[in-house]
Amino acid sequence: MSKADFIQGARLAAPLCVSAAPFGALFGAVAVANGQTIAEAAVMSLTLFAGASQLVGIELFGQKIAPWVIVLSIFAVNFRHILYSAAIVPYVRHFTPVQKFVTFFLLTDPQFAETLKRGEAGGEVSFSWYLGFGLMIYVPWQVTTVLGGIFGQLIGDPKLIGIDVLLPIYFMALVLGFRKRANFLPVVAMSGAASVIGYHTIGSPWHVSVGAVAGMLLAAALPVKRQAKHGGGKEA
Amino acid sequence: MGAWFNTEMMLIILGGAIATFLTRIGGYVLITQMKTIPPRLEAALNAVPAAVLTTLVAPAFFTGGPDVQVAMAAALIASLRLSMLPMLAVGWCAVMAMRYWFGA
Repeated sequence: MSKADFIQGARLAAPLCVSAAPFGALFGAVAVANGQTIAEAAVMSLTLFAGASQLVGIELFGQKIAPWVIVLSIFAVNFRHILYSAAIVPYVRHFTPVQKFVTFFLLTDPQFAETLKRGEAGGEVSFSWYLGFGLMIYVPWQVTTVLGGIFGQLIGDPKLIGIDVLLPIYFMALVLGFRKRANFLPVVAMSGAASVIGYHTIGSPWHVSVGAVAGMLLAAALPVKRQAKHGGGKEA
Repeated sequence: MGAWFNTEMMLIILGGAIATFLTRIGGYVLITQMKTIPPRLEAALNAVPAAVLTTLVAPAFFTGGPDVQVAMAAALIASLRLSMLPMLAVGWCAVMAMRYWFGA
C-alpha cells in the first residue's frame, strides 16, 4: 500500500463526495418517508452503494411492489456497471483477488471515469489510489444517508417540505442523461406509454416491468444502426 | 431484529446488494470469456436504463396533481440548461410555490 497514492486518490474524489452528499441525504430522507428505518437505509447504503438504484428500490418498496421485481429493477438500473467493469479490466488485472473484490464493489460512475482516464493516460492505477478514491465517496455516502434519515424522521410528512416530488424529478434527470443513446426517444415514448397504460389497467406492481420490456423490445426491433457501440467501453 | 429491521426489507436489500455486485463484477467475468453480443440483444440491453427509469417517471406525471405536474415540467425545462442539482432545486421551488401560494 502506498500512502501517497491513497491520498492522491482521495484528493481527486473530494469534490465528488461534496456533490454526492445531497443525494445521500435525499436517499436517507426518502427511505424513511417510504417506510424504511434509518438502520435499514444505512444497511442499504453500505451494501449497495449505488444511489440511483437505491432510490428506485425505495420508490418501488413504497408502491408495495413484489420483492423480486424490486431486485430485478435494481439490477436493471445498475446494469451499466457491467460495461464499466469490462472497460477497466486492463488496468486492474494485476490486483490480487481480494483487491479485485474490493475494486468491483466500489465501482461507481466517477470511479470508472477516473480509473479509465488515468489508465489511458498511461498512469499507473495502483490499488492504493483506487481505494483512496473509492473510500472518499463510500464513507461520506454512509454518513449522509444517516443524516438524511434523521432529517426525514424529524420532518414526518414528506409532502410538507416537498421531498415527495424530488424522486420523480431525479428519475427524469437520469432518463435525460441517456438522451444521446441510440433509440432514446422511441424507447422513452414506448416505455412511458406502456407504463401509464399498465398503471391504469393491470395496476401498480406491473407497470414497471411492462413498460421496461416494451421499451427493450422496441429497441431490439428497430433497425440496428452502426452506432459507436460502447466505444470499447468508453461511455462515461 | 425488532423495530430496527424488517425481515422482508432485509431480504430485498440483500437481493439488491447481490444484484448490484453482479453488475459490478459482471463485465470482468464476461470479458474473460465473451465472444460478441448479437447487435439486437445489445440494442435491447442498451435501452434498459432509460426504459426502466421512464416507467417511474411517466405514471408519476400522469397520476400526479397539478403541483407535481408543474414541478416536473419546470424541472424538464430547467434540465435543458442546468445540471442535476439546480434542476432538482427548480422542481422543488415550483412544487412548494404551487402548494403554498396556489393551494394545489
